[in-house]
Formats: sequence, C-alpha cells, structure tokens
Amino acid sequence: MLRNFISATVAAVGVLSVGAIAQAQETVKIGLIVPMTGGQASTGQQINNAIKLYMQKNGDTVAGKKIEVILKDDAALPDNTKRIAQELIVNEKVNIIAGFGVTPAALAAAPLATQAKVPEIVMAAGTSIITERSPYIVRTSFTLAQSSTIIGDWAAKNGIKKVATLTSDYAPGNDALAAFKEHFVAGGGEVVEEVKVPLANPDFAPFLQRMKDSKPDAVFVFVPAGQGGNFMKQYAERGLDKSGIKVIGPGDVMDDDLLNNMGDAALGAVTAHLYSAAHPSAMNKDFVASYKKAYNTRPGFMAVGGWDGIHLVYEALKKTGGKADGDSLIAAMKGMKWESPRGPISIDPETRDIVQNIYIRKVEKVDGELYNIEFATFEAVKDPGKTKK
Amino acid sequence: MTLLTILFDGVAYGMLLFVLACGLAVTLGLMNFVNLAHGAFAMAGGYICAILVNRSGLPFFAALPIAFVASAAIGALLERSLYRHLYTRSHLDQVLFTIGLVFMSVTAVDYFMGSSQTFIHLPDYLQGQINLFGLGVGRYRLMIIVICGLLTVALQMILSRTRFGSRLRAAVDDPRAASGLGINVPQVFALTFAFGCGLAGLGGALGAEILGLDPYFPLKFMIYFLIVVTVGGSSSITGPFLASLLLGIGDVAGKYYVPKLGAFVIYTMMIVILIWRPNGLFGRSAAR
Repeated sequence: MLRNFISATVAAVGVLSVGAIAQAQETVKIGLIVPMTGGQASTGQQINNAIKLYMQKNGDTVAGKKIEVILKDDAALPDNTKRIAQELIVNEKVNIIAGFGVTPAALAAAPLATQAKVPEIVMAAGTSIITERSPYIVRTSFTLAQSSTIIGDWAAKNGIKKVATLTSDYAPGNDALAAFKEHFVAGGGEVVEEVKVPLANPDFAPFLQRMKDSKPDAVFVFVPAGQGGNFMKQYAERGLDKSGIKVIGPGDVMDDDLLNNMGDAALGAVTAHLYSAAHPSAMNKDFVASYKKAYNTRPGFMAVGGWDGIHLVYEALKKTGGKADGDSLIAAMKGMKWESPRGPISIDPETRDIVQNIYIRKVEKVDGELYNIEFATFEAVKDPGKTKK
Repeated sequence: MTLLTILFDGVAYGMLLFVLACGLAVTLGLMNFVNLAHGAFAMAGGYICAILVNRSGLPFFAALPIAFVASAAIGALLERSLYRHLYTRSHLDQVLFTIGLVFMSVTAVDYFMGSSQTFIHLPDYLQGQINLFGLGVGRYRLMIIVICGLLTVALQMILSRTRFGSRLRAAVDDPRAASGLGINVPQVFALTFAFGCGLAGLGGALGAEILGLDPYFPLKFMIYFLIVVTVGGSSSITGPFLASLLLGIGDVAGKYYVPKLGAFVIYTMMIVILIWRPNGLFGRSAAR
C-alpha cells in the first residue's frame, strides 16, 4: 500500500517536472470507464466502438487540442468504477470522465467528479437521480422514465384498456413500472395484474400463464436486455400472441443489439424508445452504414449514447476555444442542441440531463431482418423523473 | 384446466433439471467427487448445438446427439488430464478446483462467443402450442418430456440390468474389492464421468430455449443442480429424478399461485425436505 503510494507520488512528480505542463495543455484526456467484460460487456463495446468511429470521422484534434481517450474496464462493478475514476483523475490527469454502463457505477464516480471538478459524461446508465448527484454530471443516454411514461400515455390513448405488467424485480424494473403505471392509469387505463419476476429468472412459463389467464389487452414488459429474447420466445410458445395480447414496454427490451436473434416471436411488439437503427434520417443511415462497415453489426441505443457523448465533448471544446477545465466545459454543454443519429436532442440547462424525442415503434421485418419501425413521435421529452418536482 | 397446464409445465421443467443434474448425481453420489463445474459441460453442449444449428444449418435433432457426444468427449478429456488427480483429495480441494474451472469456462465462452444471450433456431414444428383435449400444450415442452422420459428409463435400465451397471455399482460400493475382482475401476469411473458430462451437454442444448444460454449459465444454475442432488439424495437415479419433478412442479406452481414469493418456493422446499430427511428423499443412511 505504502509502496504504491510512493510510486504513484514519484510518478506524479515525474510527470509534472518533465515539462509535461505544456503537453497537458495541448491534449484533452478523456477517461472512458465502461464494462468491457462481464454481463454488461455489450454496452461498453458499443460505446467504445461509436467513439472510435466518431474520432475516425472527425479527426482527433478539436480547437487546437488533441483528444486522447483512455479506455478502462470496470466490469460494471461500482467499486471498480470508483477506483479507476480516481486513478484516472489523479494519475492520468484526465479532463473528463465518461461512459458508465450501469447506474451504481455512475453514482460511485459522482463525488469524485464534484471534488475534482471534472465533467462526468454518462453515456449509458438510465436512472433519473444520477444527474442530481453532482453539478458536473451531464447525460447523453436516456432516463428510463422518459420511455416508460410515454408508452403509458400512448397505450391509454390507443385503445388499450387493461394491461398486465411483468417487470424484473430490481431498481430499473421498479422505476419503469412506477412511471408506466402512473401515466397509464391517469390516462384511464387499468392494471389488472402485476407480477415482479426475480432478476435471475430461469423460466417465464408460470408468470406468462398468469398473464394469459388475466386476459389483458396488452402485457407491459421490462426485463434486463439479455432476457428479452427468452421472454418473447416463451410468450409466443404459450400462444399469447394468438390470443391477441400485445406486448408493450420501454424499448430496452427490443434493443437493436438483440432483436434479430429473437426471431419472429418479437414481431408486432410496440415499444417506446429514443433510438432505432431504422430511424429514417440521412444522418442515421450514414451512421448505421459506417458502423456496420466497421464492426459488422448494427448499432444499438448504447452506441448512440457514446456517439453523442463524444460529440458533446467536441462541441463544448469548440465553444470554449479549447479551454478544458470542468466549469467552462459544463457551462458550454448546458443548453447545447444538436442533431444526433436518433433525431434532434439537447442538454437541459437546468438539470444537465438529455432532452430528446421518444418514438413509438413496432417490430417489423425489413429485408429479412427485424427492425423497430417508428410510427409516432413525442417531441422533446424531458426526464419526467425531475419535472415532477 | 389451468392446473393441468401448470402441472405440464412443471413436469417439463423438472425433466429438464433432471437431465442437467443427473450427471452430477452420478459423480457426486456414486464417485464421491464434488464437481461444481458440471454446468460448464451443460453450457458447452448448448453452445455446440447453437453453433451447429445456427451457423452450419444442421437440423436440430441431428445437433442434439452431437452435443451429447462432444460434451462427453470434453468430459473424458478433462477427466483423464485433470479430474482424476483429484479423486483422492479432500472435498475442499475439489470444490476449489472445480469452481476455478467454472470461472475459466465463463471467461473463455465470453471471449469466444460474446456475452449476450444465444438462441438456437428451432424448426417451426417445435414452436407454439398444440391442443390436447382442450389443454394448451407447448410443443417444445412436450418434446422435452418425451426425450427426458425415455432417457430416464434407459439410464435406470443401464444401471440395474447391464453388466456395466453392476460393475459401476460394485466399483462405487468398494473400489478395492472391485479391482481385486478384475474390474478396471478407473476406466469405469472415466466412462461414467464422460457419460454424465454428455447428459449435461444434452440438457444444455435442450434447455437453451427455456433457460436461456449465456456465458454465466454454469454459475446461474449451479444452485439448481445442487438442490436437485441434495434433495434427491445421491445414491440412485430415482432419487434425483423424483426430486427434479417435485422441484420443477413446486417452482412453477409457486410462481403461478404466489408470484410474490415465487423465487422462495424452491428453497423453502429444499430446507423443509432436508430437515425432514437430512440425506435427501432417497439417500442412504449416514452409515456410509
């Protein structure tokens, strides 16, 4: 421990003394902390891919500064995240920390961002409270409440009267359920059955049977990304699709990453989300094509969070004229508006959270592949988790 | 009618648990070796089947026996190279060794196959439900019940009626006397171990559709395998079989009727049964 401390100090002093002060002014270092291994690895890979792609396209210098991204794997474990963030800030002197695959990871780094006045750009995690934990946090992903409230509003207005809910029993699942229920019931809908399934749930059969027996118009689903496919398969196996019960939910379940592997069982599912690889804009077509060419797979909403995150850094640096201290960057980021592959988005100047369109989409087959096809848009949705206050 | 559907789902789930876990019952009960890496062989079978079906376009039913043979071959290889050195070691050594294997298999599969869920493309005739006397029956689950039922009968026959079965039982009861009588004990154990691994592989391939398949499979289901073996007692095939059925039905029914407590049912049953019969439902007495 002591030896580590001494070597770290020596290294730090060394860096300072070897005329590195001049160098530090020319490079802007971004510490990218994402899960590259473990169950959340696909999140980290997508973010990292998107950032690499962005830097290939836009060059690695902006406003006279060279951008350097230091990639670190935290395996989505918050204690790792905190340690890595500290090392990056203290030893590597990064100007920005970014990434954060899950909510606990983003929260673990928040006090460090405040103390060191280093902007923390959240590119994935989706719980409302995150941006409130430090004045240096900016989010370019989404909040769960954004998509869950919208699907609740949409369902109530589109002839769905009775809904049975099936959500995983963990924080995001409970968030999604609460947000959906509030808006759906306010819109005149009725929740006839509410089932929370254990997070590590091997078999949906009994829960699905319960859904079927309660005869709802639709089933509202939120399960961790990996389980969505299993859910849809068993939903079709049990014949819920044939009894006319629709599947609705926030779009995480129908992530572009997994959608194609789910098979035709997923057809017809209606979800609300911020991004679909099939979003019909020239910018998105270009983004999807170059992403596919580089990585031979389709980008999902996590990739877009990474893409917009690095874009935000570039634009903020342009605005500050290369000044890379935390306060100038955050001030520049507040209220920034731009066109993203997902559509028009902006950073709310008050909450530093993302404001974006939420699209209602239906799973359809296009050229033999499954896509979420957008058919209705709710414009400039703020995080309802905060506007309530 | 719902009751029958629940029963049917429970039986299918239990049968699947049995095929997955019975290899463990054999190594743990008959060979007295704690193999926590059992689920890794199930995962291997699942991924082999997925690769064959999805990438090479092999029919599902052709891929199943290959998954069995390939997992058995991997099992035989590891038995000869690694496991046999640990037969005489303490249980703690065995646990540490095999849990290490589990973590290695998780990372290896994560590296080669990616961390996301893998699905096996099923033929159309296995998807959906058919109507039996007004009862909605999942085709895939029906197939599981048929295959696993036949397997169970075959296993019981092999153990009780064949020469190999009696050699195995002899080798287990008293290895020294058995080898004195000219039975090649290590060979019998190696064959049994490989066969158990093959069964796990088959279970993994069959179960991918229902349980899901990702690199964390061996860790996620380790508990279930152990419950089956401890509740069933590890001295025969019948014990784990009945325990699997009981747990499968209990788990499914519990989740249906009391969804809030769903996840607890299976553990509660285990605790109650173990207090009532510490050696498992069909365990032999502690005299051993």
